[in-house]
Amino acid sequence: MSTRLFGARIKRNIDPQLLRGEGSFIDDIPLAQALHVAFVRSPFARARINSIDISAAVAHPGVAAVYTCDNVGPLDIEMPLLIPHSSMHDARTQRPLARDDVYYVGQTVAMVVAVDRYTAEDAAALVDVDYDPRDVEIDLEKAILDDAPLVHDTHERNVAAHFVQVCGYPDSAIAQAEHVTKIRVQVDRSTAAPMECRAVAAQFDEVTGELTVWDGTQAPISVRGGLASIFKLDEDKVRVIAPNVGGGFGQKVLLFYPDELLVPMAAMQLGRPVKYIEDRRENFVGSSQERTQIHFMELYAKKTGEVIALRDSFLHDTGAFIPYGIAVAQVASTSIAGPYRIPNIWVEFKAIYTPTVPVTPYRGCGRPQACFAIERAMDQLADELGLDRFEIRRRNLIADHEFPYDREGLIFADGLKVSLDSGQYHKALAMMEERLDAPSFAAEQAKARAEGKHLGLGLAFYVEGTGLGPYEGGHVRIHPITGKVYVNTGLTSQGQGHDTVFAQIAADQLGVKPEDVILVEGDTKAFDWGVATFASRAAVVSGNAIHKSAMIVKRKALQAAANMLEADVGDVELKDGAAWIKGTDRKVPLSAVATATNPLRYAFNEAAQAATQFAPASRHDGPSLDEGEHPGLEATDYYSPPCATWAYGVHGALIEVDPELCSVTIRKYVCIHDCGNMINPMIVEGQVMGGIAQGLGGAMYERIEFDETGNMLNANFVDFLVPYATEIPDVEIHHLETPSPLNALGVKGVGEAGCIAVGAVVASGVEDALKALGGGTFRHTPITPSMIHAALDAA
Amino acid sequence: MARGKIKPKLPQSSDDPRVSVKLTVNGEEVTREVSVRMLLSDFLRHELGLTGTHVGCEHGICGACTIVMDGKAARSCLTFAVQASGREIRTIESLADPDGTLHPLQQAFQDCHGLQCGYCTPGMIMNILSHLESDAEIDLSDAGVREILAGNLCRCTGYQNIIAAVRRAADHMAPKAGQE
Repeated sequence: MSTRLFGARIKRNIDPQLLRGEGSFIDDIPLAQALHVAFVRSPFARARINSIDISAAVAHPGVAAVYTCDNVGPLDIEMPLLIPHSSMHDARTQRPLARDDVYYVGQTVAMVVAVDRYTAEDAAALVDVDYDPRDVEIDLEKAILDDAPLVHDTHERNVAAHFVQVCGYPDSAIAQAEHVTKIRVQVDRSTAAPMECRAVAAQFDEVTGELTVWDGTQAPISVRGGLASIFKLDEDKVRVIAPNVGGGFGQKVLLFYPDELLVPMAAMQLGRPVKYIEDRRENFVGSSQERTQIHFMELYAKKTGEVIALRDSFLHDTGAFIPYGIAVAQVASTSIAGPYRIPNIWVEFKAIYTPTVPVTPYRGCGRPQACFAIERAMDQLADELGLDRFEIRRRNLIADHEFPYDREGLIFADGLKVSLDSGQYHKALAMMEERLDAPSFAAEQAKARAEGKHLGLGLAFYVEGTGLGPYEGGHVRIHPITGKVYVNTGLTSQGQGHDTVFAQIAADQLGVKPEDVILVEGDTKAFDWGVATFASRAAVVSGNAIHKSAMIVKRKALQAAANMLEADVGDVELKDGAAWIKGTDRKVPLSAVATATNPLRYAFNEAAQAATQFAPASRHDGPSLDEGEHPGLEATDYYSPPCATWAYGVHGALIEVDPELCSVTIRKYVCIHDCGNMINPMIVEGQVMGGIAQGLGGAMYERIEFDETGNMLNANFVDFLVPYATEIPDVEIHHLETPSPLNALGVKGVGEAGCIAVGAVVASGVEDALKALGGGTFRHTPITPSMIHAALDAA
Repeated sequence: MARGKIKPKLPQSSDDPRVSVKLTVNGEEVTREVSVRMLLSDFLRHELGLTGTHVGCEHGICGACTIVMDGKAARSCLTFAVQASGREIRTIESLADPDGTLHPLQQAFQDCHGLQCGYCTPGMIMNILSHLESDAEIDLSDAGVREILAGNLCRCTGYQNIIAAVRRAADHMAPKAGQE
């Protein structure tokens, strides 16, 4: 191979298909005579159901079936708890269709199946549900008081989980502190808002007994396992396909949503394909959300600014149910000390039930909240000690020679210890200082102020545990006819460009063009060992598995080619789709090598004709395949990481606040980040930039609003403000590449990185900009014009 | 549903009144009988099988369903199929050459990494195309391009690369000096 593809800005294989409008998103897949689903959803945040009358809906023309909890057989259950943990007792999960009680506005109560969605919605409106509403408390801090109304009678003060983790000796360290800074910060609820809402379609083949489910999930293998278990089907007779999926951002990793079970059930019962295409309002009221946390943090420091202990106690809103366990809060609590040495940590959280849409991971998964807490606290400490914000960080950042830096006692979401494995934190900070020209900012700020403009510098550092296990696999095969390379893994893609980065990894080993590597994932019939796409883990875990498999295939290909070319294996190399004797023009195409490794070959094609010229491949002594020998050039291998590998970065911005309009304009935004070796910098930058845009949404615009009765006030794109191009500034992205010492490719994850620090950057910059006006502190995101107005009003 | 059981009797259609629509889609004349309330997006996607037009919000905010109707960008999710009768419609499927070669605007999106999941992309492209093909002068300044995109949401890219793609496409599509 001439040039290494790993590290190159290769254009994406998937793009032409998507650009021509030839993608296959779930509702694009033609299913003959498909029936369509609409749900009846609870209009109350908490209510007792007295009765449900479906008679008018059943009689409505075009309706095929109406389901309630009374006629869904094995689905009248509480759905599985995905990640059990000792900090929870009697963890509550949702039923596909409500029985007796409803726990949030939007909860599914009945399902209508009809000839089209229009008719299904008409009939859903005819289902008559008699509710007896109960009192609710939406405010997180009030929900934990003794007299607060309960979401679940089983859980006093609405506490779903309570967990404390300790690293080092916080008590003795606190006793030695010379300064303490205390801060309360809050991040509000948001939602992933993928451009394609969730969707499920199912078809049951009576002849083969096979159930096929197209599901816009991030975790098809797990969905298959659950479907087979709940419906008592042979696992092999259930095929789950996640085709093109229009964004996920964590929302689509939860299983099961009610529709993921009910739609396959209806398809099996009715004998026709059934599909549920979630609409935007349903995505707001029915699909998982995240973010609300309130942190009370204390930093214990020496006069020098060196932080020797951290105490943090936080409330985490888990919504009406806790199907994903404590993952979000656990990630927040183990990321709480950020990139800083802080050797002594006491961190506690309470996960609280509120009668709202359930909370499960959304891109960032607790990290943005933890980053917001520690970074705002660091800024405050700097302010109190009269130190510069860069300086306070310099004095606490872990130094290069201190890696791996273990936080003994903190257990990450993968159940393994927190060990920050590598990085150049100080260099990243220095780069940021330079890119923002921080030393001359004070003068620039003063000059702007003289002109009536209010500029601020925002700064925040983040770390991200990525590449969580337990494992993924990779299957690699060289096709005997075309010589193209087929790669399979157990993941799914929602736009991350797996088909290109995994192609680069395989192509480097096998000497083919990346466009000649064809990735098939997201289909349990293609590969069904593995976990899912989440936690910034695809490149690390599947990437390394595919790398290992490709190396095995390379070895096999070299050996087979050496036999064919009658050369020493050490003299053979793979490049340009062929095996060559190094330094000569003697070669044999990979297709012919793959063909020659198959003892049966009819001369259907050129590869077979080419292969037949190489007689040594056909033996005349004994069986064609020796014991243990396999036909073809293929291999499957797996990668299981020892623990998460920690990426990091620092974001900074120059921000202007207009005190009259209370508007915020980002004049410059710089991101320095390090995700280890980059497979494809173009794709990395795309991931980072997209994350930053999502972060800016959360920092300034996006907040799910509930009224006091628990009704969502902005369940649409008119009122919930996802940023357009007019809201997102240009961003400067700079890379550092500190290879991960934990895996052969030296890679770390990057999918979530961009969004983590943004809230803290914006708050830090707005606060700085308004300091001269006595604008006070900004410790609550999103920062809205109303909040700025209130802060200036109070000045 | 198991074999050997009597199949349930299921409805085949709704009671909706139907109406005949006749329009031109991607240069081809089509006539269909459809429900009076069928949205143009559903008509294109499910009656004609042109599934490249996507639906992201069904209330005219995200722009994923944008098509070009009589030369202007329009939201197919806010238009009834019957309203499109007699009109001329272009969808994303009309852009590439029959052999699959991408239109310069599509190519610019690939070159600039202007798409990730690709769900918003067809609507984004049809909107941009209506501007690039219009007689009105286009403002290719940063603010100008952002304004062109201001009716299309993208949740993946952060827009920076889409803005680059618009400029690149405008450059490629502009009539070269002396060719006019």
